[in-house]
Amino acid sequence: MTLNLEPNIPDPDGFYDLLLAAHQGLSKDESDALNARLILVLANHVGDVDVLREALAAARKRSE
Amino acid sequence: MVDVRYDIAFRLYPYEKVPDQDLPPKRHPVVIVGGGPIGMALALDLGRKGTPVLVLDDHEGVGHGSRAICFAKRTLEIADRLGAGQAMVDKGVVWNVGKVFHGDDQVFEFNLQPEGGHKNPAFINLQQPYFEKFIVDEIRRAQDDGAPIEIRGCNAVTGLTPAADHVVLTVETPDGPYRVEADWLVACDGARSPLRDMMGLSFEGRVFEDNFLIADVKMTADFPTERWFWFEPPFKDSGQSALLHKQPDDIWRIDFQLGWDIDRAEELKEENVRARVDAMLGEGVAYTLEWTSIYTFQCRRMQAFRHDRVFFAGDAAHQVSPFGARGANSGIQDADNLAWKLDLVIRGLAPERLLDSYSDERVHGADENILNSTRATDFLTPKSEISQIFRNAVLALAREHAFARPLVNSGRLSVPCVYDGLSLNGPDLLEWPKRTRVGAPAVDAPLGESHLLDHLPEGFTLLCIDAPAPDLGAVDGVPLTHLSLSAEGNPLLADRYLGDAAGAVYLLRPDQHVVARWPAVSADEVRAAMQTALGKDAG
Repeated sequence: MTLNLEPNIPDPDGFYDLLLAAHQGLSKDESDALNARLILVLANHVGDVDVLREALAAARKRSE
Repeated sequence: MVDVRYDIAFRLYPYEKVPDQDLPPKRHPVVIVGGGPIGMALALDLGRKGTPVLVLDDHEGVGHGSRAICFAKRTLEIADRLGAGQAMVDKGVVWNVGKVFHGDDQVFEFNLQPEGGHKNPAFINLQQPYFEKFIVDEIRRAQDDGAPIEIRGCNAVTGLTPAADHVVLTVETPDGPYRVEADWLVACDGARSPLRDMMGLSFEGRVFEDNFLIADVKMTADFPTERWFWFEPPFKDSGQSALLHKQPDDIWRIDFQLGWDIDRAEELKEENVRARVDAMLGEGVAYTLEWTSIYTFQCRRMQAFRHDRVFFAGDAAHQVSPFGARGANSGIQDADNLAWKLDLVIRGLAPERLLDSYSDERVHGADENILNSTRATDFLTPKSEISQIFRNAVLALAREHAFARPLVNSGRLSVPCVYDGLSLNGPDLLEWPKRTRVGAPAVDAPLGESHLLDHLPEGFTLLCIDAPAPDLGAVDGVPLTHLSLSAEGNPLLADRYLGDAAGAVYLLRPDQHVVARWPAVSADEVRAAMQTALGKDAG
């Protein structure tokens, strides 16, 4: 399996709403904690370490 | 004069002047410097094999203080091979249940409940002085049976001069200095190894900027025999993490992580230690303080553990954080690895090259331990804001979700090292079981009322399970003992050694690691594998 970087979420705007709604009313610290938990939950769902490595590389590239 | 660096718990080898002190230097096949658990285990192993060994220790017995308390199954199996295991298990506290807390809340509970069919438990807790004493007790018994082991207390090595085929030691005693020559020298002289310094050898790795306070308290409290570990403990001034663990004699090990910037003398004052312990145990719990200490740690190792005629073993060669009980346990595996190799080389039955494999194999083990203990330390003591956020996210999720529990790392407990892919390994012609693959130590299994490891003879063993044994009793003068068994009606033996195969032949080294295995084998194939294990392969 390789990392899917093509559009894969049927309702992009709806998902974006969900993401922001999850952070609604949280402080910066609380939001940081939520993000960390979310990453761990999703990473476990993916499971495949090669895909995770690709995902980390793709995310990391934006900050370089 | 010989400096006194610590108090003695058991005065087991008081200083006695020996005639050698007034004679020209005498040559010894093996000199071990340092009479801690590693040096003494090595001396016992060599002496039992009949190789003369001299132990020089700068004290007169076993040091005070519990120090290493957690001894793993593989260590107990090695101690069993040396005759000292039963005393340890009889005295030790067996534990299986661990609880992990974050603040006030329990995150989860684990059970190390060992699988069936092993003689020894997964772990025992036992104060290091007892561990050392039981080995010395066994040395005394072996001496009575003629084992050529000599221990000289209050003999401090202050100088080392390498020569072409030996090393010369200068030894300080209460009667002044004398010299000793050693064909082979083993430095088991601890984390600050003076011998390492004398040889100018470096010791590189990560220093962790943290201090831990140990308080051993004696109390007859009603806490269960479990390992309790707190992240961000809720009790006052207890630091980043804390541990509560039971030892024999109603002693409890309490560990507080204090951070880097502390005043050691201040923290060790009895009233300050007591304030922390009181906050942890609650009001009205009566206890006495048995031993307190503040320690820091490093994760590092020497580049190589053999330097010509000098070997380094235990903390002298490598250090890890205490999380995972990988210090003393890995040192015992060093001794286990070195003893048979030195013995065979000294007898002229194996080439000196075999001794290089000690360094290769134990460096491999040290790297595994350093990796595991560094990872545990990074989880326990997050080094950045984001690593703290992730650490706490894992702990938060672990309360509800099973998936996060394997991510919680309060120390990955010591498991035996497997020498995968190293030079003494022969062929592996069975695909399964993985746990008894080439390079792994033999796994225990039930055998009637007893256990497999108790039946393994000394030296090289050909273990034949429902397979015919080839006619081969020795290879190049090195004896090979056969042990033929059947796995019929013994599903655990089949599960651990046969997998799907109808039968199997295992060649085991004297330290019980698997050299090679086959579904069936000829004498020539066994001979070739044994020559490989003796370091006789070219290149």
